[in-house]
Amino acid sequence: MKYTQWNHFIAGQWQDIVNVRDFIARNFTPWHGDESFLAPASTKTLHVFDKVKDLFAQERAAGGVLSIDAHTISEVDAHDAGYIDKDMEVIVGLQTDAPLRRAILPRGGIRMVHASLKEYDTEMPADVDRIFKYCKTHNDGVFDAYTPEMLAARRSGVITGLPDAYGRGRIIGDYRRVPLYGVDALIEQKKAAKNNCKASVVDEDLIRAREEISEQIRALESLKRMAAKYGHDISRPAQTLQEAIQWLYYAYLAAVKDQNGAAMSLGRVSVFLDIYAERDLANNVITEEQAQELFDQFIIKLRMVRFLRTKDYDALFSGDPTWVTECLGGMHCDGRPLVTKSTFRFLHSLTNLGPAPEPNMTVLWANALPEAFKKYCARLSAETSSIQYENDDLMREKFGDDYGIACCVSPMRLGKQMQFFGARANLGKALLYAINGGRDEVSGDQVGPLMAPITSDVLNFEEVWALYDQICEWLSTLYVNTLNVIHYMHDKYCYEKLQLALHDEEVVRTMACGMAGMSVVADSFSAMKHAKVHVIRNEQGLAVDFKIEGDYPAFGNHDPRADEIAKELVRNFMAKLRRQKTYRKAVPTQSILTITSNVVYGKKTGATPDGRAAGEPFAPGANPMSGRDTKGPVASMASVAGLPFEDSQDGISYTFSIIPAALGKSAEQRTQNLVQLLDGYFGEGGHHVNVNVLDREQLIDAMEKPELYPQLTIRVSGYAVNFIKLTREQQLDVINRTFHAFV
Amino acid sequence: MNETIIGHSEASEPPRRGTTGRIHHVETFGTVDGPGVRYVLFLQGCPLRCLYCHNPDAMDPRGGEEWTSSHAVQEVLRYANFIQGVTFSGGEPLLQPEFVHEVTQRLKARGLHVAIDTAGAPNLTRCKPAIDAADMLLLDIKAACPDLAKKLTGHTNARSIATLDYCEEIGKRVWLRHVLVPGYTLVSRQLEMLARLLQPYKCIELIELAPFHQLGVEKWAAAGMTYHFKHMPPADPAQVTQAVDYLEDMGFKVQ
Repeated sequence: MKYTQWNHFIAGQWQDIVNVRDFIARNFTPWHGDESFLAPASTKTLHVFDKVKDLFAQERAAGGVLSIDAHTISEVDAHDAGYIDKDMEVIVGLQTDAPLRRAILPRGGIRMVHASLKEYDTEMPADVDRIFKYCKTHNDGVFDAYTPEMLAARRSGVITGLPDAYGRGRIIGDYRRVPLYGVDALIEQKKAAKNNCKASVVDEDLIRAREEISEQIRALESLKRMAAKYGHDISRPAQTLQEAIQWLYYAYLAAVKDQNGAAMSLGRVSVFLDIYAERDLANNVITEEQAQELFDQFIIKLRMVRFLRTKDYDALFSGDPTWVTECLGGMHCDGRPLVTKSTFRFLHSLTNLGPAPEPNMTVLWANALPEAFKKYCARLSAETSSIQYENDDLMREKFGDDYGIACCVSPMRLGKQMQFFGARANLGKALLYAINGGRDEVSGDQVGPLMAPITSDVLNFEEVWALYDQICEWLSTLYVNTLNVIHYMHDKYCYEKLQLALHDEEVVRTMACGMAGMSVVADSFSAMKHAKVHVIRNEQGLAVDFKIEGDYPAFGNHDPRADEIAKELVRNFMAKLRRQKTYRKAVPTQSILTITSNVVYGKKTGATPDGRAAGEPFAPGANPMSGRDTKGPVASMASVAGLPFEDSQDGISYTFSIIPAALGKSAEQRTQNLVQLLDGYFGEGGHHVNVNVLDREQLIDAMEKPELYPQLTIRVSGYAVNFIKLTREQQLDVINRTFHAFV
Repeated sequence: MNETIIGHSEASEPPRRGTTGRIHHVETFGTVDGPGVRYVLFLQGCPLRCLYCHNPDAMDPRGGEEWTSSHAVQEVLRYANFIQGVTFSGGEPLLQPEFVHEVTQRLKARGLHVAIDTAGAPNLTRCKPAIDAADMLLLDIKAACPDLAKKLTGHTNARSIATLDYCEEIGKRVWLRHVLVPGYTLVSRQLEMLARLLQPYKCIELIELAPFHQLGVEKWAAAGMTYHFKHMPPADPAQVTQAVDYLEDMGFKVQ
């Protein structure tokens, strides 16, 4: 391939085959300096963003949804062009024909569309309704195939949050391919792949492969049509930074028009885009102000991604998240930092536009990152609480230097790997099933396998451990089988044709399982081992409460007596998952991540032997239980860092909140101390951390006067939210969580 | 920093007599007791009876938990990746100078920075080895006027000043700490006296002023002790700013 748009780029293998990583490696310019070169928001940007802020306020006032286009079934090119203020927008494109107007994406499940429309008092148009009398959706397929056992586990909440009613998400298209190669070259590549997709025996795999590539080609054609509506021909590569951002955004926009996936992440685009920025700046095509303007306006668009969802969904994943996760930083395998001026520009939007939950800014931390970059991130964290950090030194070993993060913590090689999102199993409940002979502690139903319940007054560690192991055996099998059903149907009825068009033909798939309640179970076993746990049973003989006599070491204090139990729980569950047979030979993995669902999981789970009351929230992700980590934040971090990433390669989420005064006396010290803390945590092998630097009083005030805090952003397990968009219950959970406040 | 730590091995150090110390509590993320992020060991026991003490439960030398110096070193090293240094605080850490000395030496051998947060009240001769071994002192001068010191702490400031003199003599880096108590030390006459007292010392790198607060009030009740400052108002921010400005005008670096 040879294009004039590639002039001035250093040639390489990337010109012969699709290989974005090679293009980056040969062409990117690391930036070791600080942030002093950055430009403020341009007049145009401020103008557009003022309008958008006003729309955000209207959206909140309208109860969370501004308007809905219920008539147009969303497809890549289904809607007409839409603008905020056409003359002021340097990057264009909306999901529908008007800003914040939500589309319907029924292929994941028409039932969810029905429910959402009803909740927002919108009529289901007759023609749409009629179409789906004849067209089956993912959700219908799943429920055709679910077994009674799966339905019971889903109802009781021992497995929850399953993507069986909406798009599964967690797939990152390599959106950079569109600006680098143009769509026509990508179509040619797919056509060639389809040609090669032949064999003497045309079996199920081959049939599916040929059908999928055909779908992908059609999706790429529709992507071109969508861009044409905005007056752009993206069949060819991008010429300038403006085109590169625009082309890339079209590709991403097409993905969110095609799928309402739970998490629709962006990948790792800023270093790639920086190559275009450097070229334009060197050739005097743009100024620094214009470069920043392009990034800021791109980010405004990313902040406006919306999906139509039900209020039930909001209880699980609160605050209307979309997980437009962008990875910033990390190291190239050759030792150069993947930090460029555009990495700074991307982050600088937090200053130019103020804090925000989206895009989900994810800094890939490495010990060898430039000091100036570390300090800049830490300062922004202390100011905005909008950044999460993940351990690049840990992930680079397994995922190379061109991976992205899907959703919160899930690493995957861009364009080469995807996951089957599997939500999570409730281990707190599983423990109670072990104690109650497989019966659910809330309903009394026999959800788990029939086993003899524990009848002793005091729980015996060894006895419960063995029974819990049996329950986990049953649960892991049921769990993976359930996911097999879901992902078979999703591929069949709601295939991500556009995102997979931006992948290689050979894709590695993981079956991304997860666990909730890890610290509850670890503490429960620690209590059984180091204190005395008495069981309180109801008339049906179900253990409904526990009384603890004596103290026990809790997870989160860097105390091996508790931390070793936690590690063992993670390793054991993973070992069981590995033995399962998975759909499309996906590789089983797991995460320790709850997002905000820790509240819902807790609500559905009875009292646990660690002393947690019935209905009380679990700790989020891999966090120690609130108030039990008493040795200060470093001990808490060290406990979490000790959990084995090897056995939780889909991520281990930790949320860290500290009041400014405890972080340091001056802004300079707070920055320095935060850098030290992050270096320490990741040096110990920690995988992920959300950093919040906030006063508890500020949150309480925001709860009472939300209108004064439209942009107050906090990090919750794996993502950021507008605090005022959380439910009151979740707000209280955040406020009650351990705030490290020792001074 | 990590590599220096790993580079030394415990085995290469000369064997030592294992002293023990009484520990009140630890803080694994200390950001206000010396430079950078520090592991803070709060030692049990204090000879002073400061009216405003915010750790009264650390006064009794018989309380706390007994740790061997090896245990203390091992505990700290578990956090080596996170910290820039270690601070001994209390209580009065120099009430157990042998323990502080031994742990300090072993931590220094691992490349860690060590500070001692002391009021300089114990016998100086016994404390010298610990002071010599540490990188710096956070030295709390309770009052410039000996009588006021006696009133506030039960002891004059003679020993504190002797400790400061010793630091000056050996060139030990000192961050001087001083609590601003309304009506006691937060009055201009006392601040002037303090400035005059401290002026000659070249070892003082900066002065840390701590405005009086009531955060310790519950601990007094919990310890079953009478708290005389129950009705003392917290230091007035405007007056605190004045004190800072004054000391800065007198040529000190203040934080």
